[in-house]
Amino acid sequence: MYSYIPHTEQETRAMLDAIGVKSLEDLFSDVKEAGCLLERPLDIEKGRSEEQTLDIIRGLAALNIKGVSFLGAGSYDHVIPSAVKSLSSLPAFSTAYTPYQPEISQGVLEAIFEYQSLICELTGMDVSNASLYDGASAAAEAASLAIADKRKSSRVVLSGTMHPFAIQCVKTWALGTGREVVVLPEKNGVNDYSSLESLLDDSAAAFIAQSPNRYGYLEDFTGVADLVHSRKCLFAISSDPLSLAMQKSQAEWGADIAFGDTQVLGIPMGFGGPYCGYMAVRQDLMRKIPGRIVGQTVDTEGRRAFVLTLQAREQHIKRERATSNICSNEALCSLTNVIYASLLGWEGLKEASSQSYSKAHYLAAGLKELGYCAGAGLAPFWCEFPVVFKSPEKLEEFTEEMKRNGIFSGVKLSRITLDRKDDSTLLVAVTEKRTREQLDRYLAIAKREAR
Amino acid sequence: MMDEFAPDMIIEPLLVEKAVAGRRGYLFPALDVPAAPALDSRYARTGSARLPEASELDTVRHFSRLSTMAYGVDYGFYPLGSCTMKYNPKVNEEAASLDGFASVHPLQDEDTVQGSLALMYRTIEDLSELVGMKWGTLQGCAGAHGEYTGLKTIRTYFLHRNEMNRNKILIPVSAHGTNPASASMNGFEVVQVASDERGLVDIEDLKSKLDETVAGIMLTNPNTLGLFEKDIRKIASLVHEAGGLLYYDGANFNALMGMARPGDMGFDVVHLNLHKTFSTPHGGGGPGSGPVLVKEELVPYLPQPDIVFHKSTGRYAFKWNPKTSCGKVSGFWGNFLVIVRAYTYILCMGSDGLKAASQHAVLNANYMQAALRKVFPVAYDGLCKHEFVLTLEAMKEETGVSALDLAKGLVDMGIHPPTMYFPMIVHEALMFEPTESESKDTLDHACEAMKSLKETAYSDPEALHNAPCTAVITRVDEVRAAKSPVVRY
Repeated sequence: MYSYIPHTEQETRAMLDAIGVKSLEDLFSDVKEAGCLLERPLDIEKGRSEEQTLDIIRGLAALNIKGVSFLGAGSYDHVIPSAVKSLSSLPAFSTAYTPYQPEISQGVLEAIFEYQSLICELTGMDVSNASLYDGASAAAEAASLAIADKRKSSRVVLSGTMHPFAIQCVKTWALGTGREVVVLPEKNGVNDYSSLESLLDDSAAAFIAQSPNRYGYLEDFTGVADLVHSRKCLFAISSDPLSLAMQKSQAEWGADIAFGDTQVLGIPMGFGGPYCGYMAVRQDLMRKIPGRIVGQTVDTEGRRAFVLTLQAREQHIKRERATSNICSNEALCSLTNVIYASLLGWEGLKEASSQSYSKAHYLAAGLKELGYCAGAGLAPFWCEFPVVFKSPEKLEEFTEEMKRNGIFSGVKLSRITLDRKDDSTLLVAVTEKRTREQLDRYLAIAKREAR
Repeated sequence: MMDEFAPDMIIEPLLVEKAVAGRRGYLFPALDVPAAPALDSRYARTGSARLPEASELDTVRHFSRLSTMAYGVDYGFYPLGSCTMKYNPKVNEEAASLDGFASVHPLQDEDTVQGSLALMYRTIEDLSELVGMKWGTLQGCAGAHGEYTGLKTIRTYFLHRNEMNRNKILIPVSAHGTNPASASMNGFEVVQVASDERGLVDIEDLKSKLDETVAGIMLTNPNTLGLFEKDIRKIASLVHEAGGLLYYDGANFNALMGMARPGDMGFDVVHLNLHKTFSTPHGGGGPGSGPVLVKEELVPYLPQPDIVFHKSTGRYAFKWNPKTSCGKVSGFWGNFLVIVRAYTYILCMGSDGLKAASQHAVLNANYMQAALRKVFPVAYDGLCKHEFVLTLEAMKEETGVSALDLAKGLVDMGIHPPTMYFPMIVHEALMFEPTESESKDTLDHACEAMKSLKETAYSDPEALHNAPCTAVITRVDEVRAAKSPVVRY
């Protein structure tokens, strides 16, 4: 069954003879002497043919149910052009290792260089790394960078409107290490800055925020960079990269660190992963950024070449003094991003972004007209907004009726906040992929439910 | 930077360098709802972004050409030590591409994602059995991320036991660089443990460093020299007696599937690399997946949510565990589509196939070692597991040709170089890990290549200083890249 092992019996025999042992088991005599040999078969079923395997896998995939998705909260159903998957699955890309050997890795290295440039262009920052795991774990890396940047600091201040899973990632990073995470309160669905100055005490290293935030609202960061910098702290903003085609970039807000998740740039939802985290910084933080960086150089003939660079930051050189432990990142996902962005171009990104914006506002306005409390905050939103129901039961009835009609109508806020008080709030996300017909069907069902 | 290079000095222009104003590679249908009022200028972006302006075909050709300047397992032998560059079966890709997996949102209602949950649950079950642990998490997105997660679980365990005095992690000098980096990200102090003349953990040195401040030891077994730590049971009892825990770095687990289990050796926490041992593609540096499996007493401290199976209803569900869990280490539930590939591999291979894979990985390594020890000294000779390390120190002294030069010579012979200059305790090291995927003739060819390169080193060292000469570029100026960094267009 296990056709991935090419050895014929004769070859195995000849190889054992060349080594000077009698059997495959004898190759584990050291394990046996150490008293570590497993004396029984594993309690895992025996191997199967490819077709038998696919039967099981297809059966599992068939247990998942699809619907017209208005789900967001960190993962979005955007259009993915056909060429994206076709190109990112080219086996020279997908089956390569990290490009340690530049002479035979120029293709991978140049693509990463293009990805870094894409991220710098979108965020307005100077230097991007080659990717991180995802947007939520990137928040912990941002915190880590800031703490390392400021002597004797131990505290990071997080915006309370960040995605709750990103907040959890930062709290986990701090757990048991003496680092401290404090959360800035919110008001009307956006940051309440009245306590920010006092929270940014001498031990603080950073203020980290997100826009669009966990409710979909855009944060107003006017004056925040100055305040944060006056407290000798770094300012980091997480943004959906597609939203950056419309809203102010991190650089325009005066941030030092830009990060977020690039799933929206051509990566399938895939039940939550693999996604890809991005991080970009100002020039003076270049040598403190975590992860791999590709730089331009020349070969001995003077030709332009690309190579992994600034490696003195990294774990394989610096070990316990590295800026991060990251080794493998999400290279194939960042390649996917750059293919996607190349196909769309700036005009296409703006179109995907503004169509998502207009369609989300069409749906929100329609719901409001039907008497729903949709997007009621004072701040503007981009492609996602909360709908507050009178009770958890009302929300449940609404989403169940939608589901019966093949529509996943939104994410219950308590799914991400894990807080019962959010049981009656639904987060509704709309992308450019949703059609007028789908939006009107949503509204028609909502109209029936409103009665 | 664009003006710096004459056209013939550029191998493949960046797509943005060929931009034609107004050209598009993808068109959206016209907006079919009324355009919403513009965003308030307070929030609106003013700057634009310089991106490629290319047709679909321009884009396809650019990336297709880039792919011809890359080297994957599908193209040839890739004996990169400690990286387990085994074949990535195509059926795995078909599985991960199934719409029922690829198009599913992570926050759909649980009753609509029973297939995903079942697949994750069964993967944890099988991985736990393979390594001899009770249960685990799939949230880690790579090997180093698994290390971070496993150590965080240990941190949380001691936090709940009020043993925060345990602030040190012991790490052998031969360990992967990620080990000390992961320990320090978790706020641990790293204490190095010496290797003895066998290349194994120096037991006396270990004993001298064990006390009530030690949280645990991180070990790779077989270690980075490809040697099985024969004293592992002794090490385990010493560390446990001192109140510490044992962490197993699964980077080298491809040597042991079905033959030995870290849990039986005395380890308490294990991370695995699905992109190594379980055949998922490396993608040019990710995405990987780094599941963490632990003994029963550590289960409560794993990241949340857990996945549970309710026997009465036959349903799978997430279970949040905020009282004891260390929290979250990534956005959702882990690199799910990588996990699909790995589970497909486990189903296909089965218990017999996984065991055979490890046996043949070890067979291939020992076969190559036997052939190559006639060419170069093996750093720590003897029965190896899935990999072995040669030292080219003598050749370097006698000819000036370094391990790096020789590795570049392999490129000209169509072979990806082995891992170079690692572990650090071996001078002029080349570390080979052939994996079970490779046939005898591939190994024979590689051994012949090594032999002929050695002859070249003595007859014409200059040729190797200038290698490779068949790639699209020659050697690069790494100093220039780091000294005046150009990291974007």
